[in-house]
Amino acid sequence: MATKREFDEATRTETTGHEWDGIRELDTPMPRWWLWTFYGTIVWGIVYVILFPAWPLVHGATPGILGYSSRANVAADLRHAAETNAPLDARLMRTDIAAVEQDPELLSFAMAGGGAVFRNNCSQCHGAGGGGMLFSYPNLVDDDWLWGGAAADIEQTVTHGIRYEADPDTRYSQMPSFGEMLEPAQIDALVQHVESLSGNPRDAALAAEGAPLFAENCAACHGEDGAGGREFGAPNLTDRIWLYGGDPSHVHASIAQAHFGIMPAFGGRLSPSDIRKVAIYVHTLGGGE
Amino acid sequence: MPAGEGGLPPPMGCAVTNPTSEPPPLYAAREPIFPRRVSGTFRRLKWWIMAVTLTIYYVTPWIRWDRGPSLPDQAVLVDLANRRFYFFLIEIWPQEFYFIAGLLIMAGLGLFLFTAALGRVWCGYACPQTVWTDLFILVERWVEGDRNARVRLWNAPWTATKIRLRTIKWTLWLLIALATGGAWVFYFTDAPTLLGELVRFEAPGAAYGSIAVLTATTFVFGGFMREQVCVYMCPWPRIQAAMMDEGTITVGYREARGEPRGKHQARSATPLGDCIDCRACVNVCPMGIDIRDGQQLACITCALCIDACDDVMAKIDKPRGLIDYVALADEAGTGGLTWRRVLRPRILLYAVLWSGIGIGLLAALVMRVDMTLAVEPIRNPINVTLSDGSIRNAYELRLRNMTGYPRDVALSARSETPLSLELQGVEGLTVTVPANETLRQRAYLTSAPESPANAEVSMPVEMIATDTAGDARAAEETVFHGRQR
Repeated sequence: MATKREFDEATRTETTGHEWDGIRELDTPMPRWWLWTFYGTIVWGIVYVILFPAWPLVHGATPGILGYSSRANVAADLRHAAETNAPLDARLMRTDIAAVEQDPELLSFAMAGGGAVFRNNCSQCHGAGGGGMLFSYPNLVDDDWLWGGAAADIEQTVTHGIRYEADPDTRYSQMPSFGEMLEPAQIDALVQHVESLSGNPRDAALAAEGAPLFAENCAACHGEDGAGGREFGAPNLTDRIWLYGGDPSHVHASIAQAHFGIMPAFGGRLSPSDIRKVAIYVHTLGGGE
Repeated sequence: MPAGEGGLPPPMGCAVTNPTSEPPPLYAAREPIFPRRVSGTFRRLKWWIMAVTLTIYYVTPWIRWDRGPSLPDQAVLVDLANRRFYFFLIEIWPQEFYFIAGLLIMAGLGLFLFTAALGRVWCGYACPQTVWTDLFILVERWVEGDRNARVRLWNAPWTATKIRLRTIKWTLWLLIALATGGAWVFYFTDAPTLLGELVRFEAPGAAYGSIAVLTATTFVFGGFMREQVCVYMCPWPRIQAAMMDEGTITVGYREARGEPRGKHQARSATPLGDCIDCRACVNVCPMGIDIRDGQQLACITCALCIDACDDVMAKIDKPRGLIDYVALADEAGTGGLTWRRVLRPRILLYAVLWSGIGIGLLAALVMRVDMTLAVEPIRNPINVTLSDGSIRNAYELRLRNMTGYPRDVALSARSETPLSLELQGVEGLTVTVPANETLRQRAYLTSAPESPANAEVSMPVEMIATDTAGDARAAEETVFHGRQR
């Protein structure tokens, strides 16, 4: 503390006593309310540290005597959400799945929950918008379904999966690889016949040659007209949608070395109500039957 | 503190040293101010402004306004929960916040305009801090008496009378503060309902919390901090210097006429100015300053010193206006108010900007449509090939119905190559949009299998929403992707 008090002549305010190039700094006193506010914030800080988690320790932090925990709050919020939704969940499971979309409240409930389930569990393969991926994963927004596109069919597929061996009720079928059974020339003829079914430009002579081969090897599953069969998940060969590519070379490859994708069963991982919600969600993406 | 009285004598010459060895004070105590009662033109004007502004503040939430069955009937309502702002005829949705932004810009420019023209008229007449402080001083004067009585009471020991007077005063202040804090929350929800809940102790905690905080700030700011709020807390006094120039008309002292000041005596040795140094202007000042020291930060230009001085001038038979609204450039002279000062380029520029924004906002308000359509193409996947070879695009439509009644809206699409429109989960092309809501609807546009649209990377399409009652139409341009690039 300065022993001598110095005052600025113009303002009559006390100065700090230091001098820089002839300039003295004013030591204007703070207003009293400001000082008390400052002390108030210190008291507030101390009280806060006592009441709430504050000081970081090696594991966690000082707990504070109020026992506040943001993690516990989240858990409580989740419990509260589950309790709030319980009546709607029960109603969703009671209602026939085909009738859910006629009930606006249930529909919006299922869409909100189903969207979250889809983004967490389905979008990795089928895409965030359900567009699938050529040569790999089916498109869920078109009107072509291997195993059925009604909400109940989708629910069944999600619950038990496709060719998922851990689930005895899984949807199952397997196309043989004809590369070992047919000559390459025979496969070429077959390719031309298959292309002709969906009206693509073709070699008419070769296609005619392929017709008896088709009847002999393919019609059992894909049908005599090639329209496919949902009991086996056999694709419709007469439409314009090709999961594994529609060019002759791609069709050739599919006949010679059969593709069949696997989808896991979600019955053990998701609750029945979540599965129902996601089935409704997928059903409303544009392709539902 | 600019309070002036007491304190140290002005040291002359260079910096002086004080021989005492006491440490300097850590804080400056507030100098108490006891404004004396005054009457006159500006005091009357201030009473009127106080009455009008306080009435607007307390009464507005109680005005009713019919908007139809599903909308609130409160004329002015900030409905935060439902994200709506109602102001009589006007209803603002969150995306129309530019109206509020525009009003705030107008408020800012208006402040510039008025400060450049008339100094701190906002501070002196309309600022809530000034109005409520004035109200609190009125109560104080009514309970404890005028200046001299209040000074006596301040210095008196804590007798039963002092305790009684202080208790009455603080109770009245607290009631005013409570009404002020209470009125605030009524702007945010239905006022009669909330009042019922408040008295039954069923209102939400946020209401009680807001009332408590605003009651406390009104009580403390109006009763105890007063001019300290203006001097220490408010940024405006610091900015105003940039807004004022020599032409600004503001409260000032005509020094040339008043000085040298002094008590007039019959045979004075030296001729004196008109100022008789009666300190009337200082005694009435709610900021505790002396206007004769010139323009200063603490002066809120409430003009009460003008009334006080005019009163004195009338008594000593001198012309009024020793303290008056004068332009800084005219301060030296004794001439009257020069209105040509107001019409400066700077003022005109502020006025043009201000009215330009105002006209723009009015135009936007008049042209506002109460039904809108937003179309968002769903780009994941960008399009879908259906089994017959046709191409389908999906869209997310948002239909806003900004009225208080439900609407049936027919949707259609127009494009060079025809496309067929379908709605997810809806038979036909008409949907009902509930009152005051936004309806989200998934829609599909599909081209025919061999349509030329299938070769288009990006074909313009116009989606149109028409109210089937025929009183509204909204359209938005979007695109159809027939193939990927």
